[in-house]
Amino acid sequence: MVRSERMALASARIPFNGKVAVVWIVILAAISFFFAVAGFDLGWMREQLGYIAGGLRFTMQIAVSGIVLAVILALLGALGRLSSNPIAYGVSGFYTSFFRGTPLIVQMFLIYLALPQVGINLAERYPGLPEGFNDALVLEATVAGILALGLNYGAYMTEIFRAGIMSVGHGQTEAAEALGMTYRQRMRRVILPQAYRVIVPPTGNEFIAMMKDSALVSFLGVTAASAEIFRRAQLVGKADFKNLEALLVTAGLYWVLTAVFTTFQSRLEARLSRGFVRTVGGH
Amino acid sequence: MDRSEVVVKVRDLHKRFGELEVLKGIDMDVHRGEVVVIFGRSGSGKSTLLRCVNFLEDPTRGTIEVAGMALGGGHRTRRKREQIRSLRLHVGMVFQQFNLFPHMTALENVIEGPLTVKGSDPDQARGRGMELLARVGLATKADEYPIRLSGGQQQRVAIARALAMEPDVMLFDEPTSALDPELTGEVLAVMKSLATELHMTMMVVTHEMGFAREVGDHLAFFHEGLILEQGTPEQVFGNTRFQETKTFLEAVL
Repeated sequence: MVRSERMALASARIPFNGKVAVVWIVILAAISFFFAVAGFDLGWMREQLGYIAGGLRFTMQIAVSGIVLAVILALLGALGRLSSNPIAYGVSGFYTSFFRGTPLIVQMFLIYLALPQVGINLAERYPGLPEGFNDALVLEATVAGILALGLNYGAYMTEIFRAGIMSVGHGQTEAAEALGMTYRQRMRRVILPQAYRVIVPPTGNEFIAMMKDSALVSFLGVTAASAEIFRRAQLVGKADFKNLEALLVTAGLYWVLTAVFTTFQSRLEARLSRGFVRTVGGH
Repeated sequence: MDRSEVVVKVRDLHKRFGELEVLKGIDMDVHRGEVVVIFGRSGSGKSTLLRCVNFLEDPTRGTIEVAGMALGGGHRTRRKREQIRSLRLHVGMVFQQFNLFPHMTALENVIEGPLTVKGSDPDQARGRGMELLARVGLATKADEYPIRLSGGQQQRVAIARALAMEPDVMLFDEPTSALDPELTGEVLAVMKSLATELHMTMMVVTHEMGFAREVGDHLAFFHEGLILEQGTPEQVFGNTRFQETKTFLEAVL
């Protein structure tokens, strides 16, 4: 009784963060011990780190291109969902429903494998089509992957953009209309500059998620020259029978990558909310 | 200035929101340089009239004519939207809730319309914008964001923003209702100066009967979607004909 009370008092003096740090250290020590016992080849991991990390360039390329495409599609999708035009509303509804309703990996294969077949069939049936038509639908694995990631994430992010646009009060729309602005002017000058405070933080999260999902592109059989980190890990892991080591290196790289961008992300979020308080909150 | 010129002509204006008929046939002429004050109980349709004049609401029936251009309600085709937009260029609007653009400074708010809608020269627009801010007494606040301004200051920026488009008529939709009592004076003073110095044509929905008496040329009392009583301030205040008007005036004075 007395002893446990003394322990509790001593414990109370250690800050919470300090205790959490201890927990992390214990977990990492346990994992290191397990690595040593399981006989993982740390030397090999160190040797191959450079080659696998070289794929970060392509991982980032895929994620950045994918998020750019996704942002464009999400903006168009959101404007469509908020439109009173039946064509715009219908098209964006179909788009979001399909790309949210099917697995990302299936979409990747559809774009990579199914499109070339469509091209060949069409070219056979309609000889009048311009030459090279079927080749145009044959995409490089990385390009197909970027398209699928962009289309898929864009469909989910449509909701983010829609919420952001709707977060801007109706009075802003009326004030812009009263000045005689067109729809386009109103969006560009008044609504979107205010909506972005709501849109940017979750878009950052989507970007981080996409960096991880870029690993799926490796299933399309990317050539070694432009392989991202997961593909590189598979290549060297298989060659040297060091699959576990290679995968651990990759996992570690993804982890560091997301940790770095999560830090960026929370800083950005803090800065944006500061701006929000300054310009929109009460006195 | 030709005081006989009619700037805003409202004919047989009806507005229905579902089952509720808010306006039941309004006819009104607003002459150049005239200040029309519209008053009445809430729900009597006075704000709806203003919102119909610049087509923030579509009339159910009847027409609005501004600066010689007549428009009715109905489906918004591309052509109709263009017509509404060119009509709005003749109409300035000041809202109860100010509706300043929070991501722009006071000056940026004022020059946004000229720059984006009219394609004015930026230097000229800035110069003119500063003049307008000076006119509403806020030259020193040009670079402040709306959040740093008091309600009265925000509303004065909103007035400058509407003036910057050089409208033929200014609509004021309860411009002081959202303000603390001690801030209404500065806004009303600016509005009065527009009337007396610029001879601005104005339609003002307000409960400020002192302003109506002092600045108004023509007063219209709205009751259940119709103009029940109208005339000069002397006629309406001095020789009130309807019991409803009397009751209302007693309540607000």
